[in-house]
Amino acid sequence: MLITQRLSSAGIHAVLIAYSLLALFPLALIVINSFKSKKAIFRDPTGLPLGDNFSSKGYDSVLNNSDFPLYFGNSLTVTCVSLVLILLLGAMAAHALSEYRFPGDSLIGLYLILGIMVPIRLGTVALLQLIVDLGLANTLTALILVYTAQGLPIAIFIFTEFLRSVSKEIKDSARIDGLSEYRIFFEVVIPLVRPVIATVAVFSMIPIWNDLWFPLILSPGEETRTVTLGVQQFIGQYTVNWGAVLAALSVAILPVLVMYIIFSKQLIRGITAGAVKG
Amino acid sequence: MATLSLKGINKSFGSVDVIRDLSLDVNNGEFIVFVGPSGCGKSTLLRMIAGLETLTDGAISIGDKRVDHLPPANRGIAMVFQSYALYPHKDVRGNLGFALKHAGIEKQEIDKRVNNASEILGLSEMMERKPRELSGGQRQRVAIGRAIVREPDVFLFDEPLSNLDAALRVHMRIEILKLHQRLRNTMVYVTHDQIEAMTLADRIVVLRDGRVEQVGTPLELYKKPVNTFVAAFIGSPAMNFLQANVQDSSVNLEGESICTLNAKDGPVQLGVRPEHLVVSDNGPFKGSVSVFEHLGGESFVHLALADEQSLVAKLDGEYIFNPGDECSLAIKAEHCHVFDSAGRNITE
Repeated sequence: MLITQRLSSAGIHAVLIAYSLLALFPLALIVINSFKSKKAIFRDPTGLPLGDNFSSKGYDSVLNNSDFPLYFGNSLTVTCVSLVLILLLGAMAAHALSEYRFPGDSLIGLYLILGIMVPIRLGTVALLQLIVDLGLANTLTALILVYTAQGLPIAIFIFTEFLRSVSKEIKDSARIDGLSEYRIFFEVVIPLVRPVIATVAVFSMIPIWNDLWFPLILSPGEETRTVTLGVQQFIGQYTVNWGAVLAALSVAILPVLVMYIIFSKQLIRGITAGAVKG
Repeated sequence: MATLSLKGINKSFGSVDVIRDLSLDVNNGEFIVFVGPSGCGKSTLLRMIAGLETLTDGAISIGDKRVDHLPPANRGIAMVFQSYALYPHKDVRGNLGFALKHAGIEKQEIDKRVNNASEILGLSEMMERKPRELSGGQRQRVAIGRAIVREPDVFLFDEPLSNLDAALRVHMRIEILKLHQRLRNTMVYVTHDQIEAMTLADRIVVLRDGRVEQVGTPLELYKKPVNTFVAAFIGSPAMNFLQANVQDSSVNLEGESICTLNAKDGPVQLGVRPEHLVVSDNGPFKGSVSVFEHLGGESFVHLALADEQSLVAKLDGEYIFNPGDECSLAIKAEHCHVFDSAGRNITE
């Protein structure tokens, strides 16, 4: 019994480890090669950056000879502001849909969630027109608005499911305690669904941070470039500064990684919540 | 401390009438229990008193103030929920003081009231614990404490003991009774459990389909139920109902006279409480034992009567029967209830 248990446990771990290696390999390759000179990258792609191979030129050109810090700031601003808006508006809309009965509530719910099925990129032309008409072309605001719209449907969908599971009696009890509906939302409901907030935050954050499409179309100006767009300047038509590209990508992973580590404990609880009673 | 008065209350959800023209006056300091089967509207009624449901029609007053247009917090009520409804992210102290903090009451006063409530309920040892670290009974005590600190005019309880196990339920029932004796507040308590209703209530309100069937003290309901519904609901095991006939002012079961009744000849229902039946050699209820349950101090005999009606009797533990044994039971005439064909009590 014990032996079969150990064997199956070992088997599961073997599969998981193999998958982890597979997933981490490209990442490791990027980080390793970002510390190598261009010649070394092509001579020995999998070699470690030791001795002659080592070169910090890539980082040097990214951090000191480009506007990379500016792009980085732009990306952070866009991602954080969009994230706050998605979480706040998404949770509030979901609370309204799950808590109150009003005429047309299920239709409105459906309308809000419909966006999951329609890729926002299909509307790029219309969006560009709209942004230009609004005078928001080449601003971070344009990106924030578009990303908020992009993130809301899935956020509302996930939040609605979880907010429905919040005990009605707790909210009623807060009403008897004299809390306004807003305070019930912020002081009672939100603390109860913290793990879900982390889940939605991670799901929404990564596509925004990684997006190249909308920065390229809506805000390609020098001042408003994001990291993913900024990296493109090292990719020329004839020559590519691979060291710089890889260094930029390595640095760009960091904030996502940090946020993921912050949220991960809550995230795991969020994903498994409801799976096990307790 | 206040009276509570309900006048002409109606409530419908769409085309479904949940409460129909209900009026009731609750005296100051009275412990009143709403009891009835699930779906009878008792919880809806309580939520309407609390202000969590709107009224379709009617008026609710607490003291001499009409409250049905006020939000829950301004009605002078506090409510204890079935699922306790504690705030999971706050410790016991935080849960108890939350309402007061929001009402803008001074910290000193909050501390005083919270400490007072925790002392009454024996929570002083666990003030820093979160609800998930408490047992069911402790959680329910915190929920009650949260009601006490608000110093309401009227306490509302919505099936507060249903989530507890049997032993704890008995214990908490006594604690609630003690609490009422100590605080002397008006309390409204909703339950589907007739034992809770009988033991706690000053007066019981029996509800069915949104209507009041009967209001009275537990003993009134037990001794003089107005109809078969109340008679069957109050008492455990439930009252036996037997088809009988009135002939010449005598209620007869299979030709044997059980009691007298001044009524027209015709069929009636005879109501007999299991605990009023006694073993008697020449008793009118004769049959064979189908099931015999022995509980030590007492026993239940399930009897199949000759005319295929069945009967349950609660006997002393000294009797032992086996399935198939013949048994005859008797009852004193004053313990008989007689109901007409519509179920109304027509006992004299």
